[in-house]
Amino acid sequence: MPLDYETLRVIWWVLLGVLLIGFAIMDGFDFGVLMWLPWLGKTDMERRILINSIGPTWEGNQVWFVLGGGAIFAAWPALYALSFSGFYLAMLIILLALIVRPVGIKYRSKLSNPAWRSSWDFALFISGFVPPLLFGVAIGNVLQGVPFHFDSFLRPFYTGTFLELLNPFALLCGVLSVIMLAMHGAFFLNLKMTDSLQKRAIKAARVSACAVIVLFALGGVWIFYGIDGYQLNSVLPHDGPSNPLQKLVIQEIGAWFFNYHLMPVTRLLPVMGLASALLALFTARWASLAFFSSALCVFGIIGTVGVSMFPFILPSSSHPEQSLLVWDSSSSQLTLFIMLIATVVFLPIILAYTAWVYRVLRGKVTLETVKNNQDVAY
Amino acid sequence: MISGADVVDLSRLQFALTALYHFLFVPLTLGLSILLAIMETIYVMTGRDIWRQMVKYWGILFGINFVLGVATGLTMEFQFGTNWAYYSHYVGDVFGAPLAIEGLMAFFLEATFVGMFFFGWNKVSPFQHLCCTWLLALGTNLSALWILIANGWMQNPVGAKFNYQTMRMEVDSFFDILFNPVGQAKFVHTISAGYVTGAVFVLAVSAYFLLRGRNQEFAKRSMTVAVSFGLASALSVVVLGDESGYVANSNQKMKIAAIEAMWHTEKAPAGLTLFGIPNEKTKKTDYAIQIPFALGLIATRSFNEPLSGIEELIKEGKGKIREGILAYDALNRLRHDPTDVEAKADFEQFNQSLGYGLLLKKYTGNITEATEKQINLAANDLKPHVLPLFFSFRIMVACGFFFIFLFATGFYLSVKHQLHAHRWYLRLAFLALPLPWVASELGWIVAEYGRQPWVVQGILPTFMGVSSVSPAQVLTSIIGFVVFYSVLAVIEVYLMVKYIRLGPENC
Repeated sequence: MPLDYETLRVIWWVLLGVLLIGFAIMDGFDFGVLMWLPWLGKTDMERRILINSIGPTWEGNQVWFVLGGGAIFAAWPALYALSFSGFYLAMLIILLALIVRPVGIKYRSKLSNPAWRSSWDFALFISGFVPPLLFGVAIGNVLQGVPFHFDSFLRPFYTGTFLELLNPFALLCGVLSVIMLAMHGAFFLNLKMTDSLQKRAIKAARVSACAVIVLFALGGVWIFYGIDGYQLNSVLPHDGPSNPLQKLVIQEIGAWFFNYHLMPVTRLLPVMGLASALLALFTARWASLAFFSSALCVFGIIGTVGVSMFPFILPSSSHPEQSLLVWDSSSSQLTLFIMLIATVVFLPIILAYTAWVYRVLRGKVTLETVKNNQDVAY
Repeated sequence: MISGADVVDLSRLQFALTALYHFLFVPLTLGLSILLAIMETIYVMTGRDIWRQMVKYWGILFGINFVLGVATGLTMEFQFGTNWAYYSHYVGDVFGAPLAIEGLMAFFLEATFVGMFFFGWNKVSPFQHLCCTWLLALGTNLSALWILIANGWMQNPVGAKFNYQTMRMEVDSFFDILFNPVGQAKFVHTISAGYVTGAVFVLAVSAYFLLRGRNQEFAKRSMTVAVSFGLASALSVVVLGDESGYVANSNQKMKIAAIEAMWHTEKAPAGLTLFGIPNEKTKKTDYAIQIPFALGLIATRSFNEPLSGIEELIKEGKGKIREGILAYDALNRLRHDPTDVEAKADFEQFNQSLGYGLLLKKYTGNITEATEKQINLAANDLKPHVLPLFFSFRIMVACGFFFIFLFATGFYLSVKHQLHAHRWYLRLAFLALPLPWVASELGWIVAEYGRQPWVVQGILPTFMGVSSVSPAQVLTSIIGFVVFYSVLAVIEVYLMVKYIRLGPENC
């Protein structure tokens, strides 16, 4: 095989990040728009305009989530098995919310009954609000470690409860996640709306950008002073078999900052998270630039989480020595390689046709857009 | 012993419910997407506006259905992780890859171009729009390809081997997984079934218009497309369904034996039981009507190869379970001491049967010291329930032959320009509407229920695959899904009926 196991593992760790960030950036503004739906859209027509801003493209964006799930399954099966079965009820709620979303977008405007429409508006708000909240809560728990272990046949056992997931730090991460995507959605609306809807969107975007800066900084301080990071405390070959029972791990406060000392260039990620939120704040008049900055902010924040934890993927709080690492929880070398080829071939094609579709559908969504597309508009 | 048999049953129930529900929408998506592309091709070639109206109208109905297929597909993608965590760990190295490639190759394509299909009419040229529609159809069909490669591997796990260092199955030859004959046969069978569903749907709704005496031109053209496309697809389903039966016989003899209620090995070539009532107690099929030789010919394509019966397969299974015990023992020694050469050799020799050893986990925590009684119990588990398989299969096949009749008649009438003139045919076509769904759902029941007790044939017993969650959690999610899905079903049927009633002129 042309690539060694260690390199493939690092590549797939990066690709995991790419997929999660791709999901957060591409589908993130869909969540954001739906979160703002009842608050920015005062009338039924305004709400329709808001929905139609994401109408033609949210479906493609959602595939980032599906692909993320598939890629975690294929490249990090232990992570797939543990996280989804461990966060069972949270995952159920996320799924139900995500099931509501396509149905709501598609069916809401099919009937003109006001009760029907306002029920769907509420459902759409929930479907935009709840998944980012729970994703953030999940990340907050991953940063602290979650209670799990394996038996000798590598059957995973998760020993926490749903309510334990809702601890203060995790909730902070959840709120950060919600507001980050609300900001991103509002900057998207700045791009797509006109007149009073655009004005409202700019206001919403600016308020959320400020909140993102504060919450992200607060999260960093909290981790620095109050959260035990994890550190590998034994020799673990980077190309050994994927068996997470062959190492020692210690918990140490500040450990999540070690990578920034080892590789100072990584400090750019948190800096980017903060700086691009600031940039977005002041560039709302140039809607494209502001939206691009907002996307960079999302990139910086999620990238920060990943780099802080490397090489940890999912630390175990109850059995730290069984934590999942990049070096011991991946698929086999052959599977990683095959998947890499598939990704290298298809990801550029996907980006190309997605870009084409966005180009075709570019421009403002207005009252006229909805009226001129009466037969298909949502 | 594995605790939480409740979790196993509940997880299976949830998977069955959500998968069958998901597959209410998938076949129509598969079939209608191709029919839309065909209709739009005719529109672009002839430039006649009625074909554009047809694409738009059937497109609206397509959209109402498509969205639920997408929504319920999300559950499927993540349910392996939430409810089948050990399965995910055990075979994720193999099974995850086709799922991920499905996302890369198919889901992005269909989900991106479905937006263009609906919103692109005035934004791009007719030819570009046609390309978008074909890409949408291609995307839906490719997603079927990859999921059936994944499912085909569960039926016939080729190209993978067990790695004792990581305690899981790992890819050995991706080529074998890709070109698994079971996966390929299932793919063609399944998409053909989808095409039949799309064709019956268009036919039945058009028949409804004609019975009401409305939208004549629209309905007649739609029917012509539907019967031609439907006839080819219905023939393909039956021919390729036969092919998948033949392929299945090489590695899932028990499934074939159960479908056919073949209790004992018969002299070659075995007879085909057309009808009867399988009796699990007496191990006989009451009131059986048989066609001599037919089954042997279908399943083995030869006159002298015998087909194994259920009892003989159970006996064979006992031998494999004993080998499985040896494999399990060797594996334990290897895990203690990876340098143990003798253990390695033993494991190499018997690891093909490791899965059969695992069947004993239901009855004993200590597999290496299983008693004769426990081995017998495990071997008896190899037999799936015969009765539901026997009938599901027969109803599915009957539907299949009925579709050929339905489309062939329609095709004949269409050639004679008589499609609208025979009310009995229109009524028949309308009443046939639910049958493709009946056939598809029963087909999946045969495929999946017939594979029990295995989640991966011969490799991993179903009861081993579940997550370490509590029955209460699974019960909660089942209730959640049932309530949610029921509401969605009501809404979708309501909208579908509403838009069919409105008809092309009012949409």
